[in-house]
Amino acid sequence: MKKLKGVAASRGICIGPAFQFLRTELNTEKKEISDPEAEITRLDAAIQTAKDQIQSIYEKALTESSEADAEIFQAHKMILDDPELMTTIKNRIRDEKINCEYSVYETAKQFAATMAAMEDEYFAARAADIMDVANRLLRVLMNVADSPTAGLKEPSIILADDLTPSDTVLLDKSKVMGFCIAHGSATSHTAILARGLGLPAVAGAGVDVMDVPTGDLLIVDGTNGIAVIEPDADTESQYRKRMETSKSIQAEALKFAKDKAATTDGVELEIVSNIGNVEDAKFAVENGAEGVGLLRTEFLYLERSALPTEEEQYEAYKAILEVFGKHPVVLRTLDVGGDKEIPYLNLDKEMNPFLGERALRLCLNRPDIFKPQLRAALRAGVGHNLKIMFPMVATLCCVRSAMVVVNECKAELKKEGIPFADDAEIGIMVEIPSAAVIADQLAKEVDFFSIGTNDLSQYTMAADRTNPKVAELSNAFQPAVLRLIKMVIDAAHAEHKWVGMCGELAGEPLAAPILVGLGLDEFSMSPPFIPLVKQIIRNLNAEEMVDLAKGALQLESPDDVKDFVKKEVSFINEVIS
Amino acid sequence: MKEAKVVVNNKVGLHARPAALFVQTASKFKSEINVSCHDPKEDKLRTANAKSILGILTLGVFQGIEITIKADGEDEADAAATLADLVKNNFGEEA
Repeated sequence: MKKLKGVAASRGICIGPAFQFLRTELNTEKKEISDPEAEITRLDAAIQTAKDQIQSIYEKALTESSEADAEIFQAHKMILDDPELMTTIKNRIRDEKINCEYSVYETAKQFAATMAAMEDEYFAARAADIMDVANRLLRVLMNVADSPTAGLKEPSIILADDLTPSDTVLLDKSKVMGFCIAHGSATSHTAILARGLGLPAVAGAGVDVMDVPTGDLLIVDGTNGIAVIEPDADTESQYRKRMETSKSIQAEALKFAKDKAATTDGVELEIVSNIGNVEDAKFAVENGAEGVGLLRTEFLYLERSALPTEEEQYEAYKAILEVFGKHPVVLRTLDVGGDKEIPYLNLDKEMNPFLGERALRLCLNRPDIFKPQLRAALRAGVGHNLKIMFPMVATLCCVRSAMVVVNECKAELKKEGIPFADDAEIGIMVEIPSAAVIADQLAKEVDFFSIGTNDLSQYTMAADRTNPKVAELSNAFQPAVLRLIKMVIDAAHAEHKWVGMCGELAGEPLAAPILVGLGLDEFSMSPPFIPLVKQIIRNLNAEEMVDLAKGALQLESPDDVKDFVKKEVSFINEVIS
Repeated sequence: MKEAKVVVNNKVGLHARPAALFVQTASKFKSEINVSCHDPKEDKLRTANAKSILGILTLGVFQGIEITIKADGEDEADAAATLADLVKNNFGEEA
């Protein structure tokens, strides 16, 4: 038995076999060869195998998803059949006496560059297709398994260095029980993915994670940030018991998920969800979300090679808004920079990306990005309860500049005779300490606030939330952060504006009593947390929580705060396991 | 050698599904087939192999552009006529 200590990235416990998610680097080094014809025979065989693979994926896609989705694989087959591409690859092998791996890679890159240079989204996508096909061919040539998850046959716990967004697309979610990641933190991509799926995850568990063989029994305790490798019988049975308890509590809470969250003294709170796409939207509704407190729009911009068009965004937003009908949906405008990179925007490398040209700062400098998004949002909002929210606001000036662009978009749409949601509320995220400090001034300019506790904590504490060594400091239970939250809520209420919270703290059972006491109006969280938080709120007395919050703000550390809540609200100990 | 001139009238031009259909049709014939069009930007004639999807796509044929289909081989007459008809019929889509 071996214990690894990491960061609690997503709550819950799972017990199951480990699965190493290994990315194989494809070696395309240039080698001289003596027999080009033998090399070409090898290439032809690989092309045939690749075609067979694509054909079976195509057929699978046809039965499992739509014809439109399957069509991409037809395009891949045509690329493999392309005489221009294949003749060039073969000619290079013959003329330069080089290995096929090098010729395939270099030639494909050259064709892809021609496509990408055509400055049109359609061609840019074809460039990605060419590289996809080339990589498949290379994997066949080098006898590398089709994907890092090819061996994932039974439900397992995924072990990896860290996962990228494209890795997670490959994962068959029905076979994932949880995650244990060597690097990363509670706010890394894997952690967000895990919370979205309601799966336990430990991050920053150290490089030892990489040595656990696939198939070893593993316990992931995402609540406490602990992974146990090959547990002894005692430990395993203790964890199994905890798992059962938490499962039954969760199941019980789920039964009442769709009911309102009102405190025992009748204060009704709005419980909404953080989502990133239309699938999340449906999952959120099933878990009792009364709307969306944070629609992350980055999904439209990632995993592609050019900006999404206004039309594309309009369709995507419309699809999500329709899931929620008349319920509120808060759309956050593009939040890139920081730890979220988008290669085709060609942004300069920055020394401190978290303190750089991020989110709204970038959008204000790039109307070509900002305007199509605002127009698409305003158009999609017709007939729905859309609200627009700007991330990374530090000053009054940046809110006013953003409002100017919103009004420009509205004027344009009006002139073009295109209907739009003229009355959509406009708000800001409060995640920079300066915004919290001048919340009284900002409250006069906007319709609402939403507190982003992940960034607010890391900026307040000057501790990088992605660095496991200081990630603990960047904790929203820090009394300093809680005091800022109080300032923000009080300032908004003085102007009769509402305040939500879309950071992780909103879905934290131990934080709920404090936040109710501080007067938070809206709680937005990953869908799986909703039933439990609602259940907790139904058992709280709002009046009493005002005093509890006052007390919590006078404490000295995050642990003190948590212990205090556990002591004052004793039933909470039963629901957190 | 057989030659046919046609104007591409469908909405997307020789892209996406129409381009795929064009290349798939061309690939059924034994003749060597190429497509050329005038590139207004560089003011020169550009030619691509009709059986190459990447070649056809990079030609950049949009709605309203005239293309010349040249077929050379045993089934050249049939090839040129079939491809020209495909374009004239807007690839079976509405224009």
